[in-house]
Amino acid sequence: MDVMPTFTREEIEHLGDLARIALTDEEIERLKGELNVIAESITKVQEVAGDDVPATANPIPLEAYLRPDEAEEPLTQAEALAGAPATEAGMFVAPRILGEE
Amino acid sequence: MSAAKSELVKLSAAEMAAKIRAKEVSSRELVQAQLDVIDAAEPSIDAFLHVSREEALQQADAFDERLAAGEADGLPELAGVPVAVKDMIVTKGIPTTAASKILEGWVPPYDATVIERLKAAGMPILGKTNLDEFAQGSSTEHSAFKTTKNPWDTRRVPGGSGGGSAAAVGAFEAPLALGTDTGGSIRQPSALTGTVGVKPTYGGVSRYGAIAMASSLDQIGPVSRSVLDAALLQEVIGGHDKRDSTSIPKPVPPLAQAAREGMKMDLKGMKVGLVKELGGKGYQPGVEARFNEGVKLLQDMGAEVVEVSCPHFAYALAAYYIIMPSEVSSNLARYDGMRYGLRVMPPEGTPQTAANMMAATREAGFGDEVKRRIILGIYALSAGYYDAWYGSAQKVRTLIIRDFEEAFKQADVLVSPGSPTTAFKFGDRMDDPLAMYLSDVANIPANMAGTPAMSIPAGLSDDGLPVGFQFFAPQMRDEVMYKPAAALEAALQAQWGGPMHKDLKTPWLGE
Amino acid sequence: MAEQLMKYADAVAKYEPVFGLETHVELSTNTKLFCPAHIEFGGQPNSQLTPVSLGLPGSLPVVNKTAIDYAVKLGLALHCDIAEWSQFARKNYFYPDMPRDYQISQYDKPLNGEGYLDVELDDGSVFRVDIERAHVEDDAGKNTHVGGSDGRIEGADHSLVDYNRAGVPLIEIVTKPIEGAGERTPEVAGAYVRAIRDIVRALGISHARMEQGNMRADVNVSLHKKGEPLGTRSETKNVNTFKGIEKTLTYEIRRQAALLEAGGEVLQETRHWDESKQATAGGRVKSDANDYRYFPDPDLVMVHVTREHIEELSKQMPEMPRERRARLKQEWGFTDLQMRDAVNADALDLIQESVEAGSSPAGARKWWMGEISREANERGVSLQELPITPQDVADMEALIESGKLNDKLAKQTVSGVLAGEGKPAEVVAKHGYQVVSDDGALESAVDEALKANPDIVAKLKSGNMKPMGAIIGAVMRATKGQADAKAVSKIVMQRVAK
Repeated sequence: MDVMPTFTREEIEHLGDLARIALTDEEIERLKGELNVIAESITKVQEVAGDDVPATANPIPLEAYLRPDEAEEPLTQAEALAGAPATEAGMFVAPRILGEE
Repeated sequence: MSAAKSELVKLSAAEMAAKIRAKEVSSRELVQAQLDVIDAAEPSIDAFLHVSREEALQQADAFDERLAAGEADGLPELAGVPVAVKDMIVTKGIPTTAASKILEGWVPPYDATVIERLKAAGMPILGKTNLDEFAQGSSTEHSAFKTTKNPWDTRRVPGGSGGGSAAAVGAFEAPLALGTDTGGSIRQPSALTGTVGVKPTYGGVSRYGAIAMASSLDQIGPVSRSVLDAALLQEVIGGHDKRDSTSIPKPVPPLAQAAREGMKMDLKGMKVGLVKELGGKGYQPGVEARFNEGVKLLQDMGAEVVEVSCPHFAYALAAYYIIMPSEVSSNLARYDGMRYGLRVMPPEGTPQTAANMMAATREAGFGDEVKRRIILGIYALSAGYYDAWYGSAQKVRTLIIRDFEEAFKQADVLVSPGSPTTAFKFGDRMDDPLAMYLSDVANIPANMAGTPAMSIPAGLSDDGLPVGFQFFAPQMRDEVMYKPAAALEAALQAQWGGPMHKDLKTPWLGE
Repeated sequence: MAEQLMKYADAVAKYEPVFGLETHVELSTNTKLFCPAHIEFGGQPNSQLTPVSLGLPGSLPVVNKTAIDYAVKLGLALHCDIAEWSQFARKNYFYPDMPRDYQISQYDKPLNGEGYLDVELDDGSVFRVDIERAHVEDDAGKNTHVGGSDGRIEGADHSLVDYNRAGVPLIEIVTKPIEGAGERTPEVAGAYVRAIRDIVRALGISHARMEQGNMRADVNVSLHKKGEPLGTRSETKNVNTFKGIEKTLTYEIRRQAALLEAGGEVLQETRHWDESKQATAGGRVKSDANDYRYFPDPDLVMVHVTREHIEELSKQMPEMPRERRARLKQEWGFTDLQMRDAVNADALDLIQESVEAGSSPAGARKWWMGEISREANERGVSLQELPITPQDVADMEALIESGKLNDKLAKQTVSGVLAGEGKPAEVVAKHGYQVVSDDGALESAVDEALKANPDIVAKLKSGNMKPMGAIIGAVMRATKGQADAKAVSKIVMQRVAK
C-alpha cells in the first residue's frame, strides 16, 4: 500500500518548525497547494521500489579515504569571526538559548 | 568595441591560448578585452553578480610575467585564458553568495579546490556568475539579486540554475566558465544558450568549495563554446582531491585527446544508443528535428545507431525530487544567522531567543523555491515517511544505475535532446513548479546515476532559439562522450560554415 | 517545588530499576574527526578551526584514520562485533553550538556493534554489562551563557559560542538495558564508567579527564515491579563526574519510586544533574526531540576496515586493566583490599614503577598509600602532582634496606622530599639523618633506660616482651630518633638474658 501524504496546514506548520523557518500564513497556504501537487507526482517512486532492490546512497562505489592524523594550518580567529553577525571576546554571539539538547 | 577586440573574444579558449603562447596577445590584454565586453554586455545580459576586475588583471599580470620568464612550460594548455565562476563556488577574498540574501556580503576565507587549480594553471578569474538561489531552479529567475537574460533573446530565460555562466559564455563575456550540475544545472542552460556544458562523472571533479545543494548529485563542470575547450578545462579542474571523500582516486581520463580524435569526424565502430524514454511527449518538435538531424550526422560519420530502453528513467524525476530536497534540507541548515551571512531578529512581541532568530533569519533570507524544497525534504526524511519516500527513491536510484549499465552493454554512448524545449519566456513557469521541474527531465538520470553527460549546440529550432544535443557515457569514462561530441560539432560547423554563435546578434559588441 | 523522594532502601525493595548508560569519550587524536585542525584543551576561542569545523559553505568532511583505529581498539576491548563496512549518518537538529546544524554520527551501520564488559565491584564480584554499540561521532562547540546570575542557561541574556571543540572525535558507548543490579544499580554504573575510563587510558585513546569534559554520560533509568512491563524512563544528560552518575541514579530511583507510589506517572523527558542542589531537574520536553531525520551522510562514503587491519590492531592491544590488576595482585602478594585501595587511589602505575625501580611491592605500597597519599589529600592534589617520583620511593626503600635510615628518619626524609628539599639523598645529607649504630653510645643509652625502668626489666626477664617498645621508645628519645630499633632490641635482649 503506497503512502500518499496530504499536506495539511498543521503539518506544514510543524515542518516549518523543524526547518526553523518562520513561515507566514500566506506561505503556508501556498505551500499546501504546491506540495500536494508535487507529492502526487513523486509518490510513484514506491511503485518500483521492491524489497529485493538495494538502496544507493552514493552513485560511485567508493570506500572512504582515511586521512593521516596530521595537523594543517587552521583559520585565524579573525578569519573565523570575519563573517559573523555579532561577536564578543573572540566568540560568536547567540541570542538567548532556551531549552537544551 | 574595436573589430580586433570583438574578434579576439569570439575565439575559442584553445585559440586564445595559442595566441598567448605565440605572444600575439598577453593574458592581460585578453582579460582587459573580456572586462570590456562584460562592461558593455552586462546592462543587457546581467550574467554576473560580481566582477573581480582587479584580481583578474593581477592574475593575468602574474601569468604574463611567468610566461616572459619562461616559467610557463609545465602549465596546462589553457594557461592565461580567463574563466567566469558560478557564484556557487567559493573564492577566497571574492564575495560568494549562492545568489541568496542569506549569504549576501560573505567573503570566504578559502578557495575551492577547482579555484586553486585554476590559479595554479594561471587562469584569471573574471567574476562570479548569477544562478537560481542555491542552484535551485531551471531559469535563473530564482536568483535573489537579478534576472539573467538569454543572449539569443533577452526576453527569455538562459535556463538554470547556471544561467549566468551559460549566458556569460554565450554572450562572449567569458570564453569559459565553471558551473555546478545537480539535476541539469550546467547542461540545460547550455542547451538553452547554445553553449557546451559538461557534467563530469560524479567524483571526477572535487566538490571541495562547491556550496552544497544535494551532495550525492552535485558536480562541478565546464561551460564553453567548443567541445575541445570543455575538455581542456575539465582536465585542469578534474582529478583526485583528498579533501573530498567522494572524489575518485584516479587521474582525469585523456579528454582533449578524445575531443581531437573526434574532430577527425570518423566514428566507425562506435555504437550510439538512442534513449527511447527521452523523447516524444513533452519534447518540442523543433527540438526533436534538430536532434534527429544530429543523430543522422553521427550515422553519416560511421556510427551505428541503436535504440535502447531505460524503463526506470520514468521514475527519475520523482526520485530526484525526494533525494535532492532531502539533502537540501540538511545542507542548508547551517544558514542560521550564527556564523556568517544574514541575521534577522524576531519581530517585537516574539521572544528574542536563538531559535526564533534562526527562524526569522531563514524566513527572510531564503526565497520561495528554496523554502519549498527544504520543507519537502524535511518531510521526506521524517520518521513516518522515510522508508516510503527517501528509502524508495534510493532504490529507484539503483534501478536507474542498472538501466544505464544495461544500455551501455548495447551502446558506447547514449544520446538525447539536451532539454525538451528551447528557452522559455520570463515568468512562464514561475507559478507552476512542476512545469519548471520538467525542464530538467532529460538531464536528471545522469545525476542520479553519477554518469557523465554533456550538452552541445545542435542548431536553432524553428523559433530561432538554440537546441541542445546530449551525450551520456559510462561512469568514469568521460572521454567516451567527448569523441562523438567533437565529431558532431565538427560536422555541424561544416554545414553552418562556422560555429553556431556566428549567427548570434551581439549589439553589446557594437555590431 | 521540592520533589517527593522515597527512601532508597524502600524504593529498591519495591521496584526493579532498569538502567542504561550512553558514555561519550573524547578521543585524544592530534586532529579533529573530519578535518586537520589541531586539538588542544584551552587556547584562544575559535582558533582551532578549519572551514570544515566551522561549517563554512562548500567545506567537506574527511575521516581521520587514527580516530577509526582508536575506535576499533575500543571495540576490541569491549568484545564488540566490528563492522568491516560502517557508515556515517547525519543527525539533523538546530543548535547554536553546531556549526552545520547537524551532527555527523553513525546510525544503522555503526563501527562497533554488540559487545560486553565485565565490571568488577567492590566486593570482588563481577557484573556483566552488555554493550549495544560503540559508534563514532563529532562533538559540538561550547556555549557560555552571559548576563544571567550564575552562568546557567536560565535567565541568561545571551550566549557566546566557541567552536574549538566542534569536530573533536567522540565515541559513544551505548549499553543495552541493564537489569538485575537492584540496590547496587549506582555502584554498577559507577564501576562500569570507571572501567571504561581505565580501558581508554590503557589503550591510550583518550585522556579521559572528566574535569575537562573528556568523558560524560547520559543516564537512563526506569522502574518497574517484578513481572510487570518496563516503566517509562527518564534520561539525564551530560553527567560529568563518577559520583554524579551514581547520585543521579540514586536520586532518580528515589524520585520515580515516590512518583509511582503516589499513583503518578514518570514523564519521558530529558533531565540534568544539578550538582549544587544534589538533584536532577526536568528539562524542556521538545516537540521535535525524537525526529533527527537521520540519513547516510552523502559527503562521506562507506568506511572500510579490513579483517586484516582489525587483526593487526588486535595485536597491538595492551593488557586490559582488569587482567593487569589480577596479574599484579598475584605478583605483589596484595590482598583484595590492598589492591582495591591502590586502584581507587590511582596508585597502581606509581607502585608498579617504584617496583620496577627496585622497591619491594610492600614498601612501595606503604609509601604511596601512606605518607604520600596523606600529603596528597591534604593538598587536594593527585599523587602524580606531588614532587616525589617512583624512583624516589625506590631510593628510600634502598636506604632503609641498607640500614642507613630507620622508619622514623625515612618518614622525615619523605617529608623533606615532599616539601621540595630535593631528592632523598639530598634531604638526608641536609639534615644529617643517620641511624646511630655505634654500640658504645647505644649501650649506654639502653643501660640508662633500663635503670630508669626496673619494673619493665623484671617483666622482660620473666619472658614478657610486651614492654620492649617502651624501652626502645626511651632510647629513641635519648638519641633523637637516630637509633636503629633492631640494634636497640638486640642489646636489650643481651642485657636481660644476663
